Amino acid sequence: MRKAVAVLLAASALITLALVSRAPQTGARAQQEPAGGDQGGGEVVRGTLRYEAESGEDEFAEGVDITVETADGQEVDTVASDEDGEWEVALPGPGRYTVTIDPDTLPEGVSLQDEDRTTLTFEMSAGRARAVLFALTAGFGGREVASGFDRFVRLSVQGIRFGLVLGMAAIGLSLIFGTTGLVNFAHGELVTYGAIIAFIFNVTIGWPMLVAAPLAIAIAALTGSLVDRGFWRPLRNRGTGLIAMMVISIGVGLLVRYIFLFQFTGFPRGYREFTEQISWEFGPLRIVPRDLWTIVISVIVLLGVALFIQRSRMGKAMRAVSDNRDLAESSGIDVDRVINFVWAAGAGLAAFGGILHGLSQEVTWQMGFQLLLLMFAGVVLGGLGSAYGALVGSLVVGVAVELSTLWIPSEFKTVVALSILVAILLVRPQGILGQAERVG
Amino acid sequence: MDWGTILDNSISQMIRPLTAVFALAAIGLNVHFGYTGLLNFGQVAFMAVGAYGVAISVLEFGVPLWVGVLIGVGAAVVLAALLGVPTLRLRADYLAIVTIATGEILRLTIMAPSFRDFTGGSDGLSGYNDDFTDLNPFSAGSYGFGFLKFNAGATWNIVVGWSLVLLAVLLVWLLMRSPWGRVVKAIREDEDAVRALGKNVFAYKMQSLIVGGVIGAFAGMYLVIQQGSTIPGNFTPAQTFYAYVALILGGAARIWGPVVGSMILWGLIVFTEEVLTGLVENDYISSDLISTNQVAQVRLMLVGLGLVLLMIFRPQGIFGDRNELMLDER
Repeated sequence: MRKAVAVLLAASALITLALVSRAPQTGARAQQEPAGGDQGGGEVVRGTLRYEAESGEDEFAEGVDITVETADGQEVDTVASDEDGEWEVALPGPGRYTVTIDPDTLPEGVSLQDEDRTTLTFEMSAGRARAVLFALTAGFGGREVASGFDRFVRLSVQGIRFGLVLGMAAIGLSLIFGTTGLVNFAHGELVTYGAIIAFIFNVTIGWPMLVAAPLAIAIAALTGSLVDRGFWRPLRNRGTGLIAMMVISIGVGLLVRYIFLFQFTGFPRGYREFTEQISWEFGPLRIVPRDLWTIVISVIVLLGVALFIQRSRMGKAMRAVSDNRDLAESSGIDVDRVINFVWAAGAGLAAFGGILHGLSQEVTWQMGFQLLLLMFAGVVLGGLGSAYGALVGSLVVGVAVELSTLWIPSEFKTVVALSILVAILLVRPQGILGQAERVG
Repeated sequence: MDWGTILDNSISQMIRPLTAVFALAAIGLNVHFGYTGLLNFGQVAFMAVGAYGVAISVLEFGVPLWVGVLIGVGAAVVLAALLGVPTLRLRADYLAIVTIATGEILRLTIMAPSFRDFTGGSDGLSGYNDDFTDLNPFSAGSYGFGFLKFNAGATWNIVVGWSLVLLAVLLVWLLMRSPWGRVVKAIREDEDAVRALGKNVFAYKMQSLIVGGVIGAFAGMYLVIQQGSTIPGNFTPAQTFYAYVALILGGAARIWGPVVGSMILWGLIVFTEEVLTGLVENDYISSDLISTNQVAQVRLMLVGLGLVLLMIFRPQGIFGDRNELMLDER
């Protein structure tokens, strides 16, 4: 019963923390508002919708509908761009707003460069004017009418980057399954957790990313270890069944996800650094430095992880526990310690993946949950329980998902991942690297 | 703070259509999870195919509503087969993984701009339920007693909803006392033993998935028919877990468990929300701490927390029998 009380206390502490730690943010905003009012307002957001025509001359998009909304979804105004492609909306005051462009009203043959980004978010400070720009292109790829091969190369590299990040986040998922048998449906929340902690350090406090990221990873690893020791280990010791544990993990995921939403709000936000970058060109390949570094760093980290699992004592112990828990225990391996290490390392890697993903996309409250679905595809494809499997599978899923946009609209990326998942379960349920076990 | 109104609202929520929707969804889950031991984390996918099956077939193909309902049922059967064939021969986790992924990806697909003409994108669809409202036998006026008074439309919705719930309960009761039900429960307890007795475990699991899925589809169809519109926001992954909490609260593997669970859950949800809103509006809780439109987020935290606490401390729920339900490794 003592444990029962402890869990209850921890949970209520978590919620209280969520409620309390939010207070200063909103408090600060409340203080800002009257100040903005005093300065007479006059906040304006404007933009120009310009694209390059095939002739190479600038053209302006006329009659495109732009809608501006406040943070809580109330419409400020909807305007259409004029003949010079310009639009302007007066805002009621400082704060956070979203601008949405209606792609259906764009001129024939013109589209957004990134079709997913029809909505942009910006922060308005008092008495200022701000420009919000939508990147438009005429036809496929716009100015650099990319040949099929160029697009293939670019998407492959994007896919490799995405696959590496996915793999990094998924290693923990697979190792936790391997050592404890638990499919942790809250693993995605560890990814979001790392990204948000780094966001707090980097943006809210203002430390450079190179300090914020390692610190966030360390905190996430510590959290992973504590969560295992304080929550999952007691559950394992009292003999809670695996199915019950899976339901519990999904409950934890739901709880934590909505704490994130509450804390972080629903707006996607980017880190302070490495956002505006000019892409480097290598022959057919164009890549922003941040993505290149992501690939380099991921490869180094993952090689390190592989070396660790292969060579170190702890790595061997991890593989032994995954292989046969009882045998490992009877040959003197401290199984609880190994599992605890797996939780810490898995959470740290998940956080790392989250930060890298947040750098190339943006940080959102449910980024981890959305990645989790792709991680599942990767982990099952590679073989549930194996670290290398998670990596190989995630790479395949990452590349496949990105390359699929050559043929199908990008909004169906996740459907591709699901199809891979179902196909592999039909053909080879143990995955590429998994060992066949008797099933069915 | 008007405690009388809060109590009235909480109690009337217990018989409102939304409660019947989640009672139905939880009855379906009960067949999956409670009786067969199938870990379906995507009940919302069945609700969504039912709902959009009706709406799209009525709007696009112009069929009468009852044909649309049949199409919705058919869609749920097809979905169950698609989910079941790859996963039901494998360990329980694989079904869980595939269903949770399907639930969310189905919603994203529905919202995809490419299908906007079909599904209405994020705006959703409406105008397909005339057949249902035309059938309303109640003439205009107010029905009920005391604070439980509803207008003719709402009364019709409530009557239909709870009739569906009763039918589903009856169906599950009949099924579970039949030989089929005994086999299914035996699969939950020990799959290998059942296989050793020469039963085709895969077929039984598949039938169970279909039955529970169709009941889930009815939850979705009833939801969108009575509310007259269907939007993707009705089918977020969290919906599945409202049904889980309702099921486990009432008691899994009990005939009335999901129904009672759904009533208690929704009564509690409305009660906490109204109390919280009241506290915020009357400044007992500073609105810096929590704004009224964040109350819904707190609700979802509580659903997650409730699921965790129930599974840890009282997995048999209020009426369940712990001995019947030793959910274990499989």
